[in-house]
Amino acid sequence: MAGSADVFAIGVGQVPVGEHWELSIRDLAVEAGRRALADAGLARVGAVYVGNMLAPTVNGQQHLGALVASWLGQRQAEAVTVEAACGSGGAALRQGYLSIRSGAHEAVLVLGVEKMTDCVNGTTTAALAMAADAEYEAGLGLSFVAINALLMRRYMYEFGVPRQAFARFAVLAHANALGNPMAMFRKEVSVAEYMRAPFVADPIGLLDSSPMADGAAAVVLASGELARSLGRGQVRVAGSAVATDYLALHDRLDPLDLVAVRVSTARALGQAGLSITDVSFFEPHDAFTVMAVLCLEACGFAGRGEACALAARGHFDRGGALPICTMGGLKARGHPVGATGVYQAVEAVLQLRQEAGACQVQGAKVGLIQNVGGSGATAITHVLVRE
Amino acid sequence: MALQLPREWRWRQERYRLIGGRCRRCGQAFFPHREICPRCLGEDVAKEQFSGRGRVYSYATVYKAPVGFEEYVPYVVALVQLEEGALVAAQLTDVDPTEVQIGMPVECVLRRWRTNGPDGNIIYGYKFRPRLES
Repeated sequence: MAGSADVFAIGVGQVPVGEHWELSIRDLAVEAGRRALADAGLARVGAVYVGNMLAPTVNGQQHLGALVASWLGQRQAEAVTVEAACGSGGAALRQGYLSIRSGAHEAVLVLGVEKMTDCVNGTTTAALAMAADAEYEAGLGLSFVAINALLMRRYMYEFGVPRQAFARFAVLAHANALGNPMAMFRKEVSVAEYMRAPFVADPIGLLDSSPMADGAAAVVLASGELARSLGRGQVRVAGSAVATDYLALHDRLDPLDLVAVRVSTARALGQAGLSITDVSFFEPHDAFTVMAVLCLEACGFAGRGEACALAARGHFDRGGALPICTMGGLKARGHPVGATGVYQAVEAVLQLRQEAGACQVQGAKVGLIQNVGGSGATAITHVLVRE
Repeated sequence: MALQLPREWRWRQERYRLIGGRCRRCGQAFFPHREICPRCLGEDVAKEQFSGRGRVYSYATVYKAPVGFEEYVPYVVALVQLEEGALVAAQLTDVDPTEVQIGMPVECVLRRWRTNGPDGNIIYGYKFRPRLES
């Protein structure tokens, strides 16, 4: 069984991100999966990789691999769940990529799904805190938002950046979501609204935070040979890398330096034979505005302490030098945690196929997508290119 | 999720004595103790009981709490840099949220962390409170 040198994204599917009171986790997964398979023109795949974080705690359901595969008409397929906290979707994409590269399968389905509205808020908040260190962070009352708030406060202090400077990231994400029919918030926000919004964990306000949401997204990956035979060789996964770090902020020598982000970006671009100047658009893990800032700086898209100033000049807007959050990002498309990394892949494929509609980045050739687990403990970076 | 009693007991050295570690090769102090230095990856590390004195490295005020902490809202969490150099995540106590600043001197005290329901065990551990400069 020879491996495949090339991996192509040959089909995508997604459901709108939002509060789906009438749909269960399996309904969401099946819908996204069917759409992706239809888009690829394939009835069967060899394997299904499901990215999910919260189903065991919020939905009382483990074993999503077999559940989703069988309900999707893929009985007997290889199927497992892949978990890396909020990076679960990206981690599933990585497993799908490895599966094709190894030659184990000709075609696989990567599916991210999260159903967050099955519990009341406190339970979901506690479940999300499991992304952090249970014994030395979450168990002491540090919510996941609070951990990110510690990063934001320190950042403001070290680089002398006022809180208001972060608003630009929320404003641009919401502006970009206007054209995305799958986005949760198709509504613009202003800096004044950002400043008026209540705190979740000061200095993080409601408009610094991505929303809890339900969602599912799926991508069919295939070998070069199969992709070309199906006439679906437009988008190639040219780089794929994961790097990790300590879960807890206090274990990192410099909490504002996201080492895993830096390393996984360099690895993925290196595999693709590209540099950051080749990137047409970037989908960062903007779970909080401060995470967008820290990821941009760790990737090298901005110098340390400089991301907010670049944003203020329109650098990251759709018409700017490096468009980010092109379809709303986590902030405005919504952040169904374990599904997010796959939404990013779907959006990148749409951009590279020139099918992003009102969100289209003109001349998009190279998309960098980055899904982060926890506050930087897992960073999964993929490079997708238009052939 | 309710933490179980053996888990709480297992952490008594860290939680009630603030036992961390220090690397004999590069000098880095860290909390909690571990066998491999997070800075130089050296394996010659020793346990060390920290003084409990330090300064606020960063802080945040929690308005939306996880299950089990709702009654304390709003409360302040912080990263504290101990005099020995290690960072510790903890709640601040005996302080008004508006008084807290980065660099503020603090000291470790033993406080209630949470109660596991009306009939559950009460969990105690370290928090930090403001201290006067000496």
